[in-house]
Amino acid sequence: MRDALAPDTLLSVRNLQTHFVSRSEVAKSVDGVTFDLKRGETVAVVGESGSGKSVTSLSIMGLLAHPGRIVGGEILYRNRQGTVRDLAQASAKEMKRLRGTEIAMIFQEPMTSLNPLFTVGDQIAEMITLHEKISYRAALDRAAEMLELVEIPAARRRVNDYPHHMSGGMRQRVMIALALANKPSLLIADEPTTALDVTIQAQILDLLRRLQSEMGMSILFITHNLGVVAEIAREVVVMYAGRVVEQAPVVDLFARPKHPYTEGLLACTPNAARDVDPNGVRLPLRPIPGSVPPITALPPGCTYAPRCTYAVPGCTGAVPPLFSVGASHLSRCFRHELL
Amino acid sequence: MIRTISHRLLGMLVVMLLVVTIVFVIVRITPGDPAAVMLGPDATSADIAALRTQLGLDRPLLVQYFQYLADVVRGDFGQSIFLGQPVLRALADRAEPTFFLTLFSLGIAVAIALPIGIYSAYRRGSAFDQSATTVAMLAASIPSFWLGLLMIQFFAVKLGWFPTSGYGGPGASFATRLGHLVLPAFALGIVSSALIIRFTRASMLDVLNDDYVRTARSKGMGEARVILRHALKNAMIPILTIIGLTAALLISGAVVTETVFSLPGVGNLVVNAVLRRDYPVIQGALLVVAGLYVLINFLIDMLYILVDPRVRY
Ligand SMILES: Nc1ncnc2c1ncn2[C@@H]1O[C@H](COP(=O)(O)OP(=O)(O)O)[C@@H](O)[C@H]1O
Ligand SMILES: [Mg+2]
Repeated sequence: MRDALAPDTLLSVRNLQTHFVSRSEVAKSVDGVTFDLKRGETVAVVGESGSGKSVTSLSIMGLLAHPGRIVGGEILYRNRQGTVRDLAQASAKEMKRLRGTEIAMIFQEPMTSLNPLFTVGDQIAEMITLHEKISYRAALDRAAEMLELVEIPAARRRVNDYPHHMSGGMRQRVMIALALANKPSLLIADEPTTALDVTIQAQILDLLRRLQSEMGMSILFITHNLGVVAEIAREVVVMYAGRVVEQAPVVDLFARPKHPYTEGLLACTPNAARDVDPNGVRLPLRPIPGSVPPITALPPGCTYAPRCTYAVPGCTGAVPPLFSVGASHLSRCFRHELL
Repeated sequence: MIRTISHRLLGMLVVMLLVVTIVFVIVRITPGDPAAVMLGPDATSADIAALRTQLGLDRPLLVQYFQYLADVVRGDFGQSIFLGQPVLRALADRAEPTFFLTLFSLGIAVAIALPIGIYSAYRRGSAFDQSATTVAMLAASIPSFWLGLLMIQFFAVKLGWFPTSGYGGPGASFATRLGHLVLPAFALGIVSSALIIRFTRASMLDVLNDDYVRTARSKGMGEARVILRHALKNAMIPILTIIGLTAALLISGAVVTETVFSLPGVGNLVVNAVLRRDYPVIQGALLVVAGLYVLINFLIDMLYILVDPRVRY
């Protein structure tokens, strides 16, 4: 199984199951998620809030909050030595060594993700000194270089600034500088632009794209906004209630969504709707009726069926498998032929 | 920064002026002639008149007030009626045991409370957390004099490890004197730790789920560093406040503890002064204690500024 990892593949999440088990109930927050991420590429994970995107990324980081636990599946990762490791089984020590060096993460909330009591330079320098024998001075110098790299104006001077001196967009740049300080192979970006203004969003996406072409890291880009996906990723994984419901190259997914949920998402994404219609006709915005079911009380069969306009009684029988519906295109819908 | 500090200093001055005024007024509004009250029922009217003149009680109130203010500023707290020495001298002579008792018990309280509070929060809901919370509640409800008596009974009388009371007598070495402080400091420190434990735990719980703690973990550091560097520093402001408050409470706690352990400290001096209505000593002690409260508050404020770069006014 492990040897089955293709040489250009950095990360292969296979049938990942992460549950939150409490005395009264089990939340299957991630239930059988599978995808691959190649070196230097970007995969986007899309889904409404609560669909299990953050839990997926925290599972990879080994940072699940109690009582979350990986109960099944594999997270195969090719480390710098070229060895394939299963992060789902890795020791705490090994994960600690990988975090911040090979695998780094940026978060949704730039306003609260930096420690308010340390200067931004210190926080970046700490990231460096944690993993490298280097003096604090030298690390601080590198922190300044990183701030320059993420295009913070007057970077040399801002090393000594505290987070509260900076705007949300600037703080997210600092987070990116922090995450990339040790030149990781994998960057997990969990909704890095969600909390930002649209113009700032575009700048951050630009920056990530540029840094990726310069540094060559792979990005797992998480978002609930399909419009953003078109900007950054080549491959998209659509999640719903803890499961992958559709997976395809971006172009195919936008042109020929093969799951009613994806179709619904596209129909209520302004930019995407305009961009993908092949005839140049704008599709009307149509919100998806209803809301995501609570993860502890999922409906039987296809969990999207209660909200689905294509649903027939047969949809609530068994959980649909992932059907192959085209070249590298998968859909978890019994009626995918209708789309 | 400089402005903040000078602001604070000005505030302290105002508070101290208020304290001096209140101390002055309290003695004047005490029913009866202070001189007569001080000298007791057997004093002759000539004695009383003499004391009135000595204390300046026969002069106009405003003159008395400014005279008192001027005296206090010059460090002249008056003369003790029964000790035959200046109040400041009497206080200074007895400051050592009180100072060390307060310092040690604060140190003990903090040394007990911080690790327990932090670990309780970190292992929230665990057996350790539950028993720590229970024991802390128990400790908070124990009067320090009772714990003091228990400890004397066990460690001093039964085991004979420590002296039962006193401060070693005249000419005792510094080490001997400190030996006399061990039991009282633990009695006071243990009781005082309860409050700090609860605040530390609550304050840590507040920050442990903060986003920057998760960021710290994502950087690949050990849990000890996450907790002690990133979380604790953020939890420190309320903890510092409660440590300052505890320090202030300890000064009054020392009064009782000194009595239980027969320590010749300021507490003892005050108790005796109250019993025999030695007004100048009571007044002087009030001023000194109020001054210490204000000073502790100031120090805590300065610590805030050191800890939190956002505190700037
Ligand atoms: N610490 C936790 N305890 C219990 N349930 C959790 C916890 N964290 C996440 N979940 C559940 O897991 C599901 C997926 O959450 P998440 O991955 O954060 O969604 P999102 O796609 O918005 O990032 C949610 O239903 C959430 O309630
Ligand atoms: Mg999320």
